[in-house]
Amino acid sequence: MSTLERDPREGEVRVLDENGDVVGDAPDLSAEELLAMYRQMKLARRFDTRAVSLQRQGRMGTFPPMSGQEGAQVASAMALADDDWVVPSYREHAVSLVRGVSLERTLLYWMGDERGSRMADGVNVFPVAVPIASQIPHATGMAWANKLRNDDGTPDAVVCYFGDGATSEGDFHEGLNFAGVFDTPNVFFCNNNQWAISVPRSKQTASATLAQKADAYGFEGVQVDGMDPLAVYKVTEEALAKARDPDKGELRPTLIEAVQYRFGAHTTADDPSVYREDAEVEEWKAKDPIPRLERYLRGRDLLDDDRVADIEESVETEVADAIEAAESTTRPDPSSMFEHVYEEMTPELRAQAERFADLRERYGDEAFLDD
Amino acid sequence: MSTRQTEPTQNLTLVQSVRDALATEMEADDDVLVTGEDVGKNGGVFRATEGLFDEFGGDRVVDTPLAESGIIGTAVGMAAMGLKPVAEVQFSGFVYPGFDQIVSHMARMRARSRGRFTLPMVLRAPYGGGIRAPEHHSESKEAFYAHEAGLKVVIPSTPYDAKGLLISAIRDPDPVIFLEPKLIYRAFRGEVPEGDYEVPIGEAAVRREGSDVSVFAYGAMTRPAMEAADRLADDGVDAEVVDLRTVSPLDREAIVESFEKTGRAVVVHEAPKTGGLAGEITAIVQEEALLYQEAPVQRVTGFDVPYPLYAMEDYYMPNAARVAAGIEEAVEF
Repeated sequence: MSTLERDPREGEVRVLDENGDVVGDAPDLSAEELLAMYRQMKLARRFDTRAVSLQRQGRMGTFPPMSGQEGAQVASAMALADDDWVVPSYREHAVSLVRGVSLERTLLYWMGDERGSRMADGVNVFPVAVPIASQIPHATGMAWANKLRNDDGTPDAVVCYFGDGATSEGDFHEGLNFAGVFDTPNVFFCNNNQWAISVPRSKQTASATLAQKADAYGFEGVQVDGMDPLAVYKVTEEALAKARDPDKGELRPTLIEAVQYRFGAHTTADDPSVYREDAEVEEWKAKDPIPRLERYLRGRDLLDDDRVADIEESVETEVADAIEAAESTTRPDPSSMFEHVYEEMTPELRAQAERFADLRERYGDEAFLDD
Repeated sequence: MSTRQTEPTQNLTLVQSVRDALATEMEADDDVLVTGEDVGKNGGVFRATEGLFDEFGGDRVVDTPLAESGIIGTAVGMAAMGLKPVAEVQFSGFVYPGFDQIVSHMARMRARSRGRFTLPMVLRAPYGGGIRAPEHHSESKEAFYAHEAGLKVVIPSTPYDAKGLLISAIRDPDPVIFLEPKLIYRAFRGEVPEGDYEVPIGEAAVRREGSDVSVFAYGAMTRPAMEAADRLADDGVDAEVVDLRTVSPLDREAIVESFEKTGRAVVVHEAPKTGGLAGEITAIVQEEALLYQEAPVQRVTGFDVPYPLYAMEDYYMPNAARVAAGIEEAVEF
């Protein structure tokens, strides 16, 4: 039986328990792939920690941390084929990293530089969507386009990421409903991190699980332990295979609810101590995906103290280099705010851009920068 | 309307006075309730509802699911049944899933039902730029709402006004969009009476009297307007600063009265220029005081571009220097 057929009300799909012992069918991953998964998770964690301190030091604006969610992000992103697409929310820093968005670019974006949301050509990642759930219909439309333009019946898949809070928005319903009706090659990946800022999952919906909402759209929904990277990989891989090439009578889309926890704040502007107990955080930290995968890899002699130390050293350098590169990037030319609004600037906009240039020349940039 | 001189006051920031207005009206009227994302236990992401959950309980200070159409649409339903909901949308940039509810229902239930159903509700949202926030957290879209018949649109610029205007908005029989300039949520404090009082909706306030030029502003732009006027006073320019406080309905009388005195006007808003309130204010002086006009009306506004990420926002937002440049052009014409 496919893991996707499991009734979400019967619990989460798992491969590793909290000690890293195998309790389910492990996906077919090579030693190199498993080590790459581990390294990307370590890199993501280190990046996240440094990004939060950059904000604290006034070197970066508001930042949404992801610690605790690296397993779901890295493992799901690794399951994608090269030509598949990712449509992220604003917290998918590790998904983007795995899919080829440089850490430097992610930092630039959170440093308030528009160039940070211009993904490199060939990187199949859509720009960050800040308004909750608003990206879900886009993902459906992109997958629909893939299907319409595909000749051999196996279109590239589109994976859309969003949180537990997003399932309350109308766009969630509309995006998933269209996906069912038009049978689009989508994977809807819900990072259920238990908290929509201060509102717990239990107050977001009276539904027992988020995954079971897929029932109403006519396709499969599955709940997976989102802090078990091997289970996440397995479920995502199966959902992608079905999206591209479903069995007769099967619909292509899948809703995956990856059950996990946000260890930190919603963003650096948020203080979770106001609304949740430390004991709850500690309880979830016991499920931390990184030590969990590490124990599994040590048990198979794929990691030892020396190799872990090497990885830690190399991710430290990689993050430091990205920060150095982002911080040494010349700030954008202010006149660039008038660019890319239209293919061709309207007469009114051109007049405003000229007026702006004139004011800068007459009064100097200092005039704009004073309060 | 006015407060008794003997009444005790407290020294509050603008966001604290919003909270104070909510507490005052909830205390006075059991029909008033607050709904929105994170308004309960968290006390609001800007602390505008801090302590209200403990004071009034979860039935009157309600953490909703994350759904703006749901928040606004249920407020419409509650208001139609006689409650006085004060719904919060966390940032005005996230209101759009609820926009259908605002324009299709909130604005016109009174007209549609020929007065049978009225909506004594308030939709509060922090708005405006200058706080180094991520995308969609900095826009000024008051013109959308001012364009919609049936809505009143209020934007305070001082702690005193914030409390008095919000109390008026809650008591108003019609739906009110209450936009809070988050740049000045905590920028300064002011004396705010402890008791209840109203600042009337639809009345502008002259913040600085002058005879050479009228500067019309509102919200966070009132401060740079005042600064520019102060700077230019040294050069012998006597600018009047009018804080509109309500952008729908506009205080036509105050606008015309000031313009007839000065004959010159500068209108300041951080919203984009095209379709912004500055155009409406310019039209009012054309319609009602053309013969007093001595110079083209200057519009000092945001540009017609998507609000930039924060690396460029200081170049987007009007500030004292840009307002001063506008005043000089109006005066020197």
